[in-house]
Amino acid sequence: MAAAFLPAHLMPLDAGAPVAAAGFLGQAPALALEDGTVLFVTLAAEQRVAAHPDASILVAVASGDKFITGGDDGRVVAVSADGAIHEIADEKGKWIDALATRDDGSIAWSSGKNVRSRDPAGGIKTFIAPSSVRGLAFMAKGYRIAIAHYDGATLWFPNAAAPPDLFQWKGSHLSITASPNGRFLATSMQENALHAWRVADKKDMRMSGYPAKTRSLSWSFDGHWLATSGADAAIIWPFTDKDGPINKAPLESGARNAKVTCVAFHPKSLVVAQGYDDGVVLLCRIPDGAEILVRASPKDARAITALAWDHAGGKLLFGAADGTAGLLDMPA
Amino acid sequence: MAERIPVTVLTGYLGAGKTTLLNRILSEDHGRKFAVIVNEFGEIGIDNDLVVGADEEVFEMNNGCICCTVRGDLIRIVEGLLKRKGKFDAILVETTGLADPAPVAQTFFVDADVRDAAQLDAVVTVADAKWLGERLKDAPEAKNQIAFADVIILNKTDLVGADEVSEIEARIRAINPYAKLHKTVNCAVPLDVVLGRNAFDLDRILEIEPDFLDGEHDHEHEHEHAHHGLKHYHDEDMQSVSLSIERDIDPEKFMPWLQNYVQKEGASILRAKGILAFKDESKRFVFQSVHMLLDGDLQREWKPQEKRLSRLVFIGRNLKKDEITQGFLGCAA
Repeated sequence: MAAAFLPAHLMPLDAGAPVAAAGFLGQAPALALEDGTVLFVTLAAEQRVAAHPDASILVAVASGDKFITGGDDGRVVAVSADGAIHEIADEKGKWIDALATRDDGSIAWSSGKNVRSRDPAGGIKTFIAPSSVRGLAFMAKGYRIAIAHYDGATLWFPNAAAPPDLFQWKGSHLSITASPNGRFLATSMQENALHAWRVADKKDMRMSGYPAKTRSLSWSFDGHWLATSGADAAIIWPFTDKDGPINKAPLESGARNAKVTCVAFHPKSLVVAQGYDDGVVLLCRIPDGAEILVRASPKDARAITALAWDHAGGKLLFGAADGTAGLLDMPA
Repeated sequence: MAERIPVTVLTGYLGAGKTTLLNRILSEDHGRKFAVIVNEFGEIGIDNDLVVGADEEVFEMNNGCICCTVRGDLIRIVEGLLKRKGKFDAILVETTGLADPAPVAQTFFVDADVRDAAQLDAVVTVADAKWLGERLKDAPEAKNQIAFADVIILNKTDLVGADEVSEIEARIRAINPYAKLHKTVNCAVPLDVVLGRNAFDLDRILEIEPDFLDGEHDHEHEHEHAHHGLKHYHDEDMQSVSLSIERDIDPEKFMPWLQNYVQKEGASILRAKGILAFKDESKRFVFQSVHMLLDGDLQREWKPQEKRLSRLVFIGRNLKKDEITQGFLGCAA
């Protein structure tokens, strides 16, 4: 990493409403806001799209060239970079609690116990989970969806005859993620802990000791590291061999007097962008822990709530709970 | 810190008049806009934007304790509602007839994000004067709802005679002497007896007096004798233990005793409250608990003319009166 002064390359933004998610639709940086709109950020002008009129965006993920958003109006919507809105689903007012996408255009969402998957051709299948669903993730290979609910997680195969596969662990599982090589599932739990399973034999791994809930999880490009929020440093678990994090200590990066709220691994290198509850954004390299400041804590700052790299890893977009945001253009 | 949103929990059996009260809260002009969390959508007669259906799904915390249950759906819903901040200033949680209020209350203690944003205001139980007697005999949930309440609306008093009303009132008092009790027809009470109670605000726990007593009780006593001609009832399993001494308490003894006691006996203790005079401490120490979850803090100064009384109340099932008494007295300074 060059020792450049990054704040000089940061364009501050004011989104006008708390930011739910950040992403790049192709090259276009966009922010999904809690007031139900999607904001496109360009140097020239700002474009706002009312994806969920009179409602709030609860979950949002950028996928390919679209922002997929789920609202408390029960709708799932795809917003394109040209501002076009396409309604994917309408759950009749039932909140969209979780959303997942994959680069091939697959989308999955949930409302209460109902999980729906939509394949790239638009075909929709439904699964009723054992209890209310809080998190969804696509496995990288095959058409399989990991679902987080109470007392465990389920792997569902929408197109297969095989029954869903239950991974049990008592408690409330919130976010869920699958390792890029498909070998591990990890969830964040209500009780300030992470849980993981080795998919092959369902071996349990418990990673506790977090002072707060972990809601942001990010895999490194090589699938060897899982960065997590919820502590005063990013806690980065090793998944370098078939035993994953078992009996291994995590790395800690960017330790400060503030809680990490968002983490995002760079798409091509072992660098983690980290957002904190005081509005600071840092880049940290692992494993040596070198840090560069992207954004210092502004006065009256609120937590970073969204963080995303573009596909090339040359730009970083973030948003905060107070509607402030920023777009970093990395120097070469 | 920003003001926390007050949360009113409305409980009671179907048919007791809960829906009538709910619809009144939503339609009358009391200056507050409510977001409502309900289990059955059909019940709301009024058009309200912010009505959310809940699953009433409870999960156990992973600490092996069966009483440490939490309403996960409420955590998710409160988080979601907060994105619509500004559109409402209070939350009403309606529970189904068979619900135990404890998981609802505990939810507002255990999640850090919910605790920062919202504060329990009161648990309001609507009871049917005609049927409560029967329910208290066959349903432990009915007893929990009465024991847990800060406010009890004894409704449908027009359907029973005066004697029966007195009888059911006495039975309620045997379980919960501290809730404010209102006898009503059609839940016709001014809404300020139900809203804005601050019952869980430590700063507002000014006194712990049984509802039907006037004046102070400043001697050591338990809830044994009859009051105001009300027939005295003892419930077989739910009771309250109230202790009061005109002495300072040693916090080095009291805090460990209290913490250990609620951990050990938490499953049987529904609620507890206390106002203590700590040795060498000019501020009152106030605490409250729901099962094993304890919340306490130093509050305002003892006023010059105020007697430095240390008192506490436990409401629960099969409470060990002697053990509690000895334990408490052992903490005297």
